[in-house]
Amino acid sequence: MKKGLRNWRLFSLFGMMALLLAGCGKPFLSTLQPAGEVANMQYSLMLLSTSIMVLVIVVVAIIFVYVVIRFRRRKGEENKIPKQVEGNHKLEIIWTVIPIILLLILAVPTVAATFKLADVKPMNDKNRDKDTVVVNVRANLYWWEFEYPDYGIITSQDLVVPTNEKVYFNLVASDVKHSFWIPAVGGKIDTNTDNKNQFWLVFDQKATDKAGGVFYGKCAELCGPSHALMDFKVRPLPRAEFDAWVEKMQKAENPVVTDPVAKQGEEIFNKSCIGCHAVSPVDNRPEQARTAPNLAGFADRERIAGILEHNEENLKRWLKDPEGVKPGNKMTGTYGQLTEEQLDALTKYLMSLKVE
Amino acid sequence: MSTIARKKGVGAVLWDYLTTVDHKKIAHLYLISGGIFFLLGGLEALFIRIQLAKPNNDFLVGGLYNEVLTMHGTTMIFLAAMPLVFAFMNAVVPLQIGARDVAFPFLNALGFWLFFFGGVFLNCSWFLGGAPDAGWTSYASLALDSKAHHGVDFYTLGLQISGLGTLIGGINFLVTIINMRAPGMTFMRMPMFTWATFVTSALILFAFPPLTVGLIFLMMDRLFGGNFFNPAAGGNTIIWEHLFWVFGHPEVYILVLPAFGIFSEIFATFSRKRLFGYSSMVFATVLIAFLGFMVWAHHMFTVGMGPIANAIFSVATMTIAVPTGIKIFNWLFTMWGGSIKFTTPMHYAVAFIPSFVMGGVTGVMLAAAAADYQYHDSYFVVAHFHYVIVGGVVFALLAGTHYWWPKMFGRMLNETLGKITFWLFFIGFHLTFFIQHFLGLMGMPRRVFTFLPGQGLETGNFISTVGAFFMAAATVVLLINIVISVKGEKAPADAWGDGRTLEWAIASPPPVYNFAQLPLVRGLDPLWLEKMEGKKELTPAEPLGDIHMPNSSFLPFIMSFGLFVAAFGFTYHQETAWGLPVGILGLLITFGSMFLRSVIDDHGFHIHKEEVLELEKKGANA
Repeated sequence: MKKGLRNWRLFSLFGMMALLLAGCGKPFLSTLQPAGEVANMQYSLMLLSTSIMVLVIVVVAIIFVYVVIRFRRRKGEENKIPKQVEGNHKLEIIWTVIPIILLLILAVPTVAATFKLADVKPMNDKNRDKDTVVVNVRANLYWWEFEYPDYGIITSQDLVVPTNEKVYFNLVASDVKHSFWIPAVGGKIDTNTDNKNQFWLVFDQKATDKAGGVFYGKCAELCGPSHALMDFKVRPLPRAEFDAWVEKMQKAENPVVTDPVAKQGEEIFNKSCIGCHAVSPVDNRPEQARTAPNLAGFADRERIAGILEHNEENLKRWLKDPEGVKPGNKMTGTYGQLTEEQLDALTKYLMSLKVE
Repeated sequence: MSTIARKKGVGAVLWDYLTTVDHKKIAHLYLISGGIFFLLGGLEALFIRIQLAKPNNDFLVGGLYNEVLTMHGTTMIFLAAMPLVFAFMNAVVPLQIGARDVAFPFLNALGFWLFFFGGVFLNCSWFLGGAPDAGWTSYASLALDSKAHHGVDFYTLGLQISGLGTLIGGINFLVTIINMRAPGMTFMRMPMFTWATFVTSALILFAFPPLTVGLIFLMMDRLFGGNFFNPAAGGNTIIWEHLFWVFGHPEVYILVLPAFGIFSEIFATFSRKRLFGYSSMVFATVLIAFLGFMVWAHHMFTVGMGPIANAIFSVATMTIAVPTGIKIFNWLFTMWGGSIKFTTPMHYAVAFIPSFVMGGVTGVMLAAAAADYQYHDSYFVVAHFHYVIVGGVVFALLAGTHYWWPKMFGRMLNETLGKITFWLFFIGFHLTFFIQHFLGLMGMPRRVFTFLPGQGLETGNFISTVGAFFMAAATVVLLINIVISVKGEKAPADAWGDGRTLEWAIASPPPVYNFAQLPLVRGLDPLWLEKMEGKKELTPAEPLGDIHMPNSSFLPFIMSFGLFVAAFGFTYHQETAWGLPVGILGLLITFGSMFLRSVIDDHGFHIHKEEVLELEKKGANA
């Protein structure tokens, strides 16, 4: 009975916190609207710790307000000398022991969750199930590469994953340290220059629908002038659609261009861009050679350069003056000034890059 | 300023300060230069908030924003908070323990000038190509990638120089507190601020060497062809993170323990009560310091250290909440049953409790490793550490400024203006930082120079910017208060009337020798004990006699200046012909003056008994 009462209290506190916090942020970005198992686990830890901490604050605040009002020096008390108290052992033991108990309540689920989130055994299994999705994430100065080693395909900037199952990640950085973060789906992990990190996430289907089909990903570690602009997008798909997408990607050949303007653009591309950018999702070059985002399926991307709305006008702006859009990026100055005509042709070509 | 100084010309006063070894004048130097750097760091903060006031703003973009952000953090921690803490340590600790100066007055001056020249060197970067832009943490891969200008070199060399100053200062206070206490001032009779200084100095002694090692590695990599942080050559960048945080976490306590000390003094004084649970306060301080060294890796939960390390550091970090909680309750119960007088310093102290508790509880939340994966490097962290550092340390520094100003300068600050400063600052502080918790949880990473519209981050950022201007206004009022205090009310020895510790027993400002006769200490709060027995003065522990004083010296300035010159030389030694010779010249200046210091006998001088008597009479009349 007593235990039930306590649970009920805890539950109502939780409920209030949840209501308070859920009003915050957008479903495609906010950690307060968790969109998968990992984010859920972290969200409940947040609620638990916030509840305990609110409790602490309330206790302190009550004593605080009482003391500050009750014991102020009033008129006529200018010469009052209060009793000089040295301390009180009983009180001191109370405010040592109670915090320890509160911390234990928090520490146990924290440790459990920490171990659970670090469990990446299935991805390292030698005979891992063909259905276990593994993505190699490579962070570069202001863009992200996503390689699917089991399917032999590569994409960049837009991460495509199946919903409602564990997706495993290998993460590295190729230049400076970055950090991979999809706030709504789960906490971040650094991409280091020294070693490979591994973790997993789950993308919930319902939450995906609520977020409009796309989650926002961010770089969370200061990495240079355009750190703020190193965004990526995540498109979780139901398993069947994901499989179809993989198949399309695998079958995609080098794009065939028919339109004469686009043809002209292809020529420019092959002269100035192809040294860094691949246009086929099957790119067998070693990762050191892949120095720029893979542009296969570029026409279907969510954003230009990770940040601008996806339209021709913005693409021209980006091609014309990359430095103005993303300061410090590695494309600036790698090709000459483009004429309006060349810009039109290149834009036409890039916007024809579809994986169908 | 003392009566003697006022009669001198400007040049003489300047020379006096350039050569002084008197802890009180060094305190002035720390306060003034720390204050100027605080204004500079504050200006940088304002620029940051202006840029983030609206989405896609173009006030401060990309690399320049990163420079301002880096310099804001570096300046506030190393060049503002640290020297301001040292200002109060210098001004107060020798007085609180009943000493005539610190143990090594010459080193004290050297410590200050090293800090000063390090700070000036760091800020020279603004005019020489660009400031450091890899964040105040200067993570190695980014720091090595920052090749457009010498910014990061200014960081590594500037911090090495000023860090040397801090280390020297810390050692000096350790020796001072161990050796120079007045008769009867046992360890367990020391005022809390002195205890905090003692523990902090020990922290400095152990925390600064790892930083120095890291900085030397980084300097080697950038300027002398080293490969400590080059993975391709077998180096490792994670080592930098460990070295930095082995320093960086204790650094938080280096700042906040003196803040606790300042508040402990203020709570006791203005509640007219002895500090509640004094011995448990001392114990908690030592415990916090000890645990402070065991938790650095909680800054690195997302690095990929694995669940075992993360879990251990997670639980270790949580335990710090226990001694900190003990302190909070002890302060509350110091006020309990007291007679609280709401002076300006007491305003800060009272406001500190809820503000710091807020910062403390988010600290425990951050300690939960699995949840920290969400908070880490988001605005939640920004909110947390500003609650701790502003709500704790800056509140304490402002409180200490108002509290000890009369003792340091002999004039009271205006109480009305002081309270206006407080309210503006208090409101601005919460307005700026409270909302940032939510910005972080809503998915805003830290250290971003802009955010895009439509992500739900507009309102919060705007509110935050408004708050920053309140704090700026508060600072302006404080400056006005300081300027008009020159003509303010003269402060008596016991400036607040409720003084408990030894510094309030001697004239404001104290005579150059502090105590004409060293006092006999008979318990905690010695002045209070004497006052309660109806006495007006301390019981002397020695007869009146000649007082031995150290000579002033220009050498500390020259030694530090030499390193300043050397740093310029080495920064440019790769691309210029003059770099190496200038570097060597600088080192020669430094080592030359060290040689002079070793060979010239300096026995100091004596203030004779008669002079002391005369000065004491003057002080009593003033």
